[in-house]
Amino acid sequence: MPDRVLHLRGVHFQWPGRAAFTLAVPNFSVASGETVLLLGESGSGKSTLLSLICGTMLADDGKVFVAGTDLATLSGGGRDRFRAEQIGVIFQQFNLLPFGTVADNILLPLRFAPKRRLRAGDARATAVDLCAALGLPQDLFTTRAHTLSVGQQQRVAVARALIGQPPLIVADEPTSALDANSQAAFLDVLIAQTRANNAALLMVSHDPRLSARFDRVVHMEDIAQIERAAA
Amino acid sequence: MILRLAIASLAARALTVAMTVLAIALSVALFLGVEKVRTGAKASFADTISGTDLIVGARSGSVQLLLYSVFRIGNATNNVTWESYNDIAARADVEWIVPISLGDSHRQFRVMGTTQGFFEHYKYRQGRALEVADGATMTDLFDTVIGADVASTLGYSVDDPIVVSHGLASFTEHEDHPFRVSGILAKTGTPVDRTVIVSLEAIEAIHVDWQSGAQRPGQATPADVIRTMDLKPKAVTAALVGVASPLQTFALQRAINEYPEEPLLAILPGVALQELWGIVGIAETALLAVSAMVVVTALIGMMATIFSSLNERRREMAIFRAMGASPVTILSLLVLEAMLMAAVGAVLGLALLYLGLSLARPLVDSAFGLWLPIDAPSMHEVWVTLVVVLAGVIVSLVPALRAYRMSLADGMMVKT
Repeated sequence: MPDRVLHLRGVHFQWPGRAAFTLAVPNFSVASGETVLLLGESGSGKSTLLSLICGTMLADDGKVFVAGTDLATLSGGGRDRFRAEQIGVIFQQFNLLPFGTVADNILLPLRFAPKRRLRAGDARATAVDLCAALGLPQDLFTTRAHTLSVGQQQRVAVARALIGQPPLIVADEPTSALDANSQAAFLDVLIAQTRANNAALLMVSHDPRLSARFDRVVHMEDIAQIERAAA
Repeated sequence: MILRLAIASLAARALTVAMTVLAIALSVALFLGVEKVRTGAKASFADTISGTDLIVGARSGSVQLLLYSVFRIGNATNNVTWESYNDIAARADVEWIVPISLGDSHRQFRVMGTTQGFFEHYKYRQGRALEVADGATMTDLFDTVIGADVASTLGYSVDDPIVVSHGLASFTEHEDHPFRVSGILAKTGTPVDRTVIVSLEAIEAIHVDWQSGAQRPGQATPADVIRTMDLKPKAVTAALVGVASPLQTFALQRAINEYPEEPLLAILPGVALQELWGIVGIAETALLAVSAMVVVTALIGMMATIFSSLNERRREMAIFRAMGASPVTILSLLVLEAMLMAAVGAVLGLALLYLGLSLARPLVDSAFGLWLPIDAPSMHEVWVTLVVVLAGVIVSLVPALRAYRMSLADGMMVKT
């Protein structure tokens, strides 16, 4: 299914531990190059869903396909490598290694993904281009990440997610640490650059005001059911 | 790149990392320093007497003979008669012989009667001869040469008078025959420093009016009368012997041990020193064990530092995980950091050791007569350094395994 970069089918996941609840995702997919906003309140299982997609957690039942590969067929280390190759991840904040330079941070995923490194070509030049496209001044390249503003850090995180053109970008509330003005500007460059790199974007947020910029808006409760074990 | 990031990460926590590295460095320097002092002490000990092929005394144990003749510890059970001494001296295979007569004391120091030959033939630290720092050796019957410690402890200088006590720790003084300090020896680090040296005749001279360990009542014999007397001793305590050819040492030793007129004992100083060190050496092993414990403590300190850093570094590990690093990479990152700290600490410790040695060497030499050699790091020191790094790696596995489990459970999501 090359047209679908992400496909979840009949997924069940039960959290181990005391607060036992099950997350069920019967059917959810993202097409190649599509930008999807996944809206959900906190506690709706968004983070769990992202962990399942990124392969740091494994579904108890059902299939998770990323770029056509069933994650359950890979070993733990294999899933880590696969994530490095196929998925660019952007967090809410604290995306960067504070002691590393901007260049170190952008090039970090390539260290774990040889194919993605090949795709990136001259990695440093590509990183410089990405920074320019994201509106980051070039002299930031060799500064340590902790000296950057939050807005700059989030842009560096986008550059890091996009380098080497992974087919899927996963963003977990990347705008929540930004003020309203920066949010709009940030989303503009994020979506523009995702499109420019032919990647699909799955962005999780609780803020419906962001909806207009995306190809598709999905509500968490429409695709997933949460069953809390009545203790 | 991972190495560079590990170094950058360490640099970001410079203060705690520096403290940890310093603790390791100091412990390694201490351990190697104790090693140096230990081998230095052993060498210095073995160097107490050199150039002497045999020590001859009345028959007893070899360690006992060594203790009283060289270290001035304990007493001789018996003397060597002057006749036996002359018999040995007359042998063709004896190149030189120096008599030693012990038994009297001055304050806490032993008095030793001997000949000029002692200054020529007594050698220490691989053939170094005694040096007179101030004054000259004895020229008059009532002249004395004192060791460096005697001079510094009692504050004597050349031409000061000295009264010798009869026996050891005795209240009877040879008051009627005071000595004059004619020379003070340079510091040697050997028991000679704590010895008052007089001529063999002087020992006889101060005992002219004595009989069976007590002073004869009546007028003391005046010094100028004594000078005219025959002061040939009846016996000596021991003798240092040099042989004409080293090959003859064992033959001479056997000949003396089988001397028919009198039960005598000849010992090889080196062998007896080894035997004595075997007894003294237990303390050095204890010292070494203690300093090894200090190294272990420093490494456990490093483990604690890594442990306490784990929680604040959860975010960092989550970033690594999100970028595709496996938990094994997280583990190896932490081990790599520990290895870097241990390696820098160990090398710094080695540097500290050499710095400390070059500063302390002259002081230690003059204060304790202990000569610490400064050589290139020996195979042994390189091994110690490697073992410290290896131990650092092993110790760091404990927090690293915890980080492994943490990053496996956290994945890339850390709720902060």
